[in-house]
Amino acid sequence: MNKRLFYLLPIVLLGLFGVIAWYGLAPDRDPSALPSALIGKPVPGFNLATLDPGSGGLTPRDFAGKVTVVNFFASWCVPCKAEHPLLFQLAKDYQVPIYGIAFQDKTEDTERYIREMGSPYSKIGLDQNGRTAIDFGVTGVPETFILDKTGIIRYRLAQPIDPGRLAGEIGPLLKSLAQ
Amino acid sequence: MIAEIGHYALVLAFALALAQSVLPMVGAARGIRPWMAFARTAALAQLGFIGLAFLALVACFMRSDFSVLAVYEHSHSQQPMIYKIAATWGNHEGSLLLWVLILALFGALVALFGENLPPRLKARALSVQGMIGFAFLAFMLFTSNPFARLVPAPLEGQELNPLLQDPGLAMHPPMLYLGYVGFSMTFSFAVAALIEGRVDAAWARWVRPWTLLAWTTLTAGIVLGAHWAYYELGWGGWWSWDPVENASFMPWLIGTALLHCETVVEKRDALKVWTILLAIIAFGFSLIGTFLVRSGIITSVHAFAQDPARGLFILAIFVVALGGSFGLFAWRAPALQPGGLFLPISREGALVLNNLLLGVATATVLIGTLYPLALSVISGGTVSVGAPYYLVTFVPLMVPLLLLMAIGPLLGWKRGDLPGALQRLAVAGVFAVFVAGYTLHRETGTSIWAPLGIAVGVWLALGTVIEWIERVKLFRARPRDNWNRARHLPRAAYGMTLAHLGLAIAVIGMTGSSAWKVESVQVMKPGDSITIGRYAYRFDGVMPARGPNYLAERGTFTVTKDGKPYTVLYPERRQYEVQESPTTEAAIQSSLSGDIYAVIGDRAGPDSWTVRIYHQPLVPWLWIGGALMALGGLTSLSDRRYRIGVPNRLPVVQATGA
Repeated sequence: MNKRLFYLLPIVLLGLFGVIAWYGLAPDRDPSALPSALIGKPVPGFNLATLDPGSGGLTPRDFAGKVTVVNFFASWCVPCKAEHPLLFQLAKDYQVPIYGIAFQDKTEDTERYIREMGSPYSKIGLDQNGRTAIDFGVTGVPETFILDKTGIIRYRLAQPIDPGRLAGEIGPLLKSLAQ
Repeated sequence: MIAEIGHYALVLAFALALAQSVLPMVGAARGIRPWMAFARTAALAQLGFIGLAFLALVACFMRSDFSVLAVYEHSHSQQPMIYKIAATWGNHEGSLLLWVLILALFGALVALFGENLPPRLKARALSVQGMIGFAFLAFMLFTSNPFARLVPAPLEGQELNPLLQDPGLAMHPPMLYLGYVGFSMTFSFAVAALIEGRVDAAWARWVRPWTLLAWTTLTAGIVLGAHWAYYELGWGGWWSWDPVENASFMPWLIGTALLHCETVVEKRDALKVWTILLAIIAFGFSLIGTFLVRSGIITSVHAFAQDPARGLFILAIFVVALGGSFGLFAWRAPALQPGGLFLPISREGALVLNNLLLGVATATVLIGTLYPLALSVISGGTVSVGAPYYLVTFVPLMVPLLLLMAIGPLLGWKRGDLPGALQRLAVAGVFAVFVAGYTLHRETGTSIWAPLGIAVGVWLALGTVIEWIERVKLFRARPRDNWNRARHLPRAAYGMTLAHLGLAIAVIGMTGSSAWKVESVQVMKPGDSITIGRYAYRFDGVMPARGPNYLAERGTFTVTKDGKPYTVLYPERRQYEVQESPTTEAAIQSSLSGDIYAVIGDRAGPDSWTVRIYHQPLVPWLWIGGALMALGGLTSLSDRRYRIGVPNRLPVVQATGA
């Protein structure tokens, strides 16, 4: 009898696929929409080495008790360069700490990038194997997350920050979270 | 008028496919000879009608008949003729027509050359092939008619996507389809065999050429696609684990497993159930590929149509085809008689392990591909699964597989001599370890995968050569004997040697290009220079250029190597007439040690451009390896035992009804 069950396995798996695909085809589902599964959830756990070894590692404990911005970037990413000046503006105008996470980047490249471009970041974590990026559900760099004082993710932007979004979405959200 | 002829031919083919599905199947069950023989006529006529429809569509494209919707949407009167023709299959409807054309072609080949097939098996296999054709013709006629008219006819078309206006891509889809559809033939034979209730060495020999053909063309198609992504998309990579790339890779993995399993059935009459299951799954993955690309269920750079109705139709085809065959499998497979016995350490054992690793590897790719979809359906969340996932799941499975690939061929059937095999491979092992050490020494700071990948590639390449040396008894017999042995080795053996060698070379290429790629993104003004490694690039400026249907900015880079003139690169950025987004044409200078690769991007200032320069070590090895693998497949396909007129080794026993 057990042997028979083995022969039925393929058809069971097929049924599972069929059900998922059936729901996946629902007309109101937009596969290109990118809401983060993490919005409204606590920030995932991680423990990263930092660019400045003196500052200790980067863990979610660094975010405790304040509104923070987490920005994934890489030295090899051109849109990150475009976004960079706006990060300075963001840090200055809204007085929030920005934590950078360098995604799949060699340490010396990140160092050179920061030396050339300046650092808007309070701390820079090194995610060389990209695991933390997976946990955050990052689809590409740059990507930006905003966390509230309790470490809950409130916002995600899966593209470079632009001045319109900075003034229209990110700014107001940061202000309301700060209260 | 031409379009109507094509449409009419499709309708006729559709009706015929229905008859081809029913009559031979019933005929085979009841022993009605003329009904069984009808399969042959129907399969040939199918090819005629679908061929006619395809030619009609090609004619519409060549004449730029914009009253046909598909032509209007995907062609333009100023397009070069080759891309007008390639546009025929550069869109959803036309590519579907190509799909059924290849299906009909294979059906006709079985009808013509399957003279020595048992009539029942042949009738049943062609009947299953007819069912697949019926389903896809219905899909085409009811949801995606390539001959739909557009009234009033516009004066000009919307042009083929510029990314697709490329010689490599003109060939990429037909190759992939040959592969996908080739597995439909193995599927049909597997289902026919389940209905018959017998799988034997003769069955394996009939199925194997189709698997080989599918595998070879799929290999070529995937390599062409990777090559296209590499030089056309301008991002400097060749594989991104995109769902649609995975969709072509999964049938390839399963097809590879199937190819090896069939040898076991053929030579040793074992692993039958598993082989049948793989044959069904290989085609299942081809259908999943079709589903993912055409249903709009996922986002991908490759996706075609964004129409849920089409998605439901393909899903229905998929569920019926696989549900039916899996059901048949659950019912009939337990009755298949197990064949030859073997010890765990033997050629068969090595092939079982190969299958296990390939199967698990396919599962990891499948999970990575479907997980985002499943998660978004279940919890509404969105994730993306990319290279880091595959690096920790897929790659570690490939390492033992590649190690095993050198050992397996040296083991005997039934009972193998593992210490003996390892002893013969000692040279390869020592050399591989040496190369790993050297790599580690030269490229300090690279991840562990780089020296490992190179070492595994070297191990496999040498192991493959050693196996060939063993076979021709090089150094152990007189040169005349060596020559005779080399000449009389079956072509299938050479096919294996070439394919394994090709994979080894490709693995070295993949490792090198992933581990040591150097990328530099800069804003440059004319006269600026940058140096990467031994190469210095001087940017000489950008000139306007003009092609048949595009305007371009052409950059000039004078490259010197160690201070001596090396080459001049001309990357382009093209603006096609109708389509708005510009495309990049990377300039690449290849050599065996690697490519230098320049891309010119946006204008960054009044006199400066964003420029990307890559040094891509060992990339050409990937293309050479891929070509060798495909060549290996072709060589094996030309083996004596598949040619007509060669007597079967085993007597063909007529099955006694199901």
